[in-house]
Amino acid sequence: MININILKPTSANFQNYLYIGSGLILISIFDVFLRSFFNINFSNSLPGILNFFLPLIIGLVGLQMIRLEYSGNRIVDKINQSVNNNIFNAGLTLLIIFLTLLIIPPASNWMIFEATISGDTKEACAVTEGACWTYIKVWFRRFMYGMYPNDFHWRINTAFIALIGFAFVGYFMRGKLKNYITFYYAIFYPIIAFIIINFLISGGSFGLEWVETNAWGGLSLTFIVSFFGLIFCFPLGMILALGRRSELPIIKYISIGYIEFWRGVPLITVLFMSSVMFPMFLPSDAFVDKLIRVIAAIILFEAAYVAEVIRGGLQALPRGQYDAAKSLGMGYWRMQIFVILPQALKLVIPGIANTFLALVKDTPLIFVVGLSEVVGMLQMAKTNPKWLGFAMEGYIFASILFWAICYAMSKYSQYLELKYKTER
Amino acid sequence: MSESIIQMKDVNKWFGDFQVLKDINLEVKEKQKIVVCGPSGSGKSTLIRCINRLEEHQKGQIIVDGNELSEKTKEIEKIRAEVGMVFQQFNLFPHLSILDNCTLAPIWVKKTPKKKAEEFAMKQLEQVQIADQASKFPGQLSGGQQQRAALARALCMEPKIMLFDEPTSALDPEMIKEVLDAMVNLAKAGMTMIVVTHEMGFAKEVADEVVFMDEGMIVERAKTNDFFANPKNERTKLFLSQIL
Repeated sequence: MININILKPTSANFQNYLYIGSGLILISIFDVFLRSFFNINFSNSLPGILNFFLPLIIGLVGLQMIRLEYSGNRIVDKINQSVNNNIFNAGLTLLIIFLTLLIIPPASNWMIFEATISGDTKEACAVTEGACWTYIKVWFRRFMYGMYPNDFHWRINTAFIALIGFAFVGYFMRGKLKNYITFYYAIFYPIIAFIIINFLISGGSFGLEWVETNAWGGLSLTFIVSFFGLIFCFPLGMILALGRRSELPIIKYISIGYIEFWRGVPLITVLFMSSVMFPMFLPSDAFVDKLIRVIAAIILFEAAYVAEVIRGGLQALPRGQYDAAKSLGMGYWRMQIFVILPQALKLVIPGIANTFLALVKDTPLIFVVGLSEVVGMLQMAKTNPKWLGFAMEGYIFASILFWAICYAMSKYSQYLELKYKTER
Repeated sequence: MSESIIQMKDVNKWFGDFQVLKDINLEVKEKQKIVVCGPSGSGKSTLIRCINRLEEHQKGQIIVDGNELSEKTKEIEKIRAEVGMVFQQFNLFPHLSILDNCTLAPIWVKKTPKKKAEEFAMKQLEQVQIADQASKFPGQLSGGQQQRAALARALCMEPKIMLFDEPTSALDPEMIKEVLDAMVNLAKAGMTMIVVTHEMGFAKEVADEVVFMDEGMIVERAKTNDFFANPKNERTKLFLSQIL
């Protein structure tokens, strides 16, 4: 019987089809490459729409010709299985390759080849078409430290180095000290962190000049807000999760009420309330710093989310674990601390990481109360009359910063997942 | 005759509208070995879970080692520490090594010093012949080894009574024997045991008495030989004819 569909290979004649097919695919990709990088178009003489779609058609024919269930060639089989298993996927594959080829030249031109980084005025950037990294360079210190006085930036740097240093202390705890590791991170470390930030960054004693929190800003403020947000919302969320599953009705309903309340309101209103409404309820001589109020609001808000994530983990544990712990005579807290929570927390590492990433990315919202972390500083810089028109560069810079932070956190959570993986 | 270590008087329990236990009366004396059998859904597991109050009974009285089971939590934990339990699904703690599984409760509940607890745990693990697996995690062990580890873990609390809730039902046939052997050894050492099981061979070998349950009631209770030789109740006869 004659095979009617000439595009369909059989295992007998596959070798020929493979040569022609891969040739066509390469031609189609090369054509797009020339169009994109060198602006050369061979099929100019064809009518407009055919000219435009020609590489796609050639490529599809090529992919069609090499599509065989089992060809014996490992690479071809791999391609067929993963990106060429039907005409729709073949089309998507080609489109993605073409789009990538089309985007690379303009993007790299703008970001690198025609970009400016020299000089320190806007005029230096007027020479070329590309991005103006000069703008980022000039404003870099503001993006990092906000309006914090230039002379005191070393205080922020030292404080962060000290914080990182103390974070690694647990790593060196060996032998008997190891039993106190949780205690150190849960209670001692936050206190140390607060003291360091209070005395070093805020100042006001030991001969260090006081810098009010309104002047804090930039990436360092992002770090401070995220840092305290993370370390406090976790334990609070844990207690709420346990509370919600408690058998004592008062504790249970308080937890439910708390969680549902905070999950039900937008963060932006919470921040606004913490800054504007909250002081009205305080006696007139009481004063809580705005930054502390904002961080507290973020902690209370995120704790509700963390609580629900942890509750998911608690519910995933089989009842037998509770039975076993109880049958050994463990009370509620011993059971939770030694048996239930270690397993539940392990299960919810991805969920916790998710919530933490959201927290970090929520920090720019503190602009509503007049605190400017890195995105806030960006807004300020972009509206500076001397530097109008560079919003794009600023936002790309901020995206890269946030992406780097979040990617690092995400990688770390994956590492933790692997480290604590146990077989069931 | 010595005192009864477990007394259940007119115990009733409901799950919602469904009555799982109906007027259960059971006395177990020290060092007695009781096998509880019956069709599934007859309330055997619930019965022994009531003894360490993993399930709460709603009516009647349960006295374990002189303490009545009630809502006072502290008491319950003290009693549970004296009543060991082995489960159908092993229920080892998967995040802890076998040795840590065995020492967790002695260290934190009985406040045994860590060194002593570990020594004692190793002794128990040797008894059930898995001392060489002590540093492994439960997920790395076979079902039979896990169940023996679970037995060792319960024994590390030096319980006066051991409850077994279908300890071999989740095991492959060739692993059942190793677990039963460990249980026979324990029985010979003079432990008070209540065993819910379908292993009639085990019942014949070690049980002093067999209790047959059906539909939440104790239908028949007899000395082991009598139970198998001439069961009195029709329901028991039917059950035995099916199972033997």
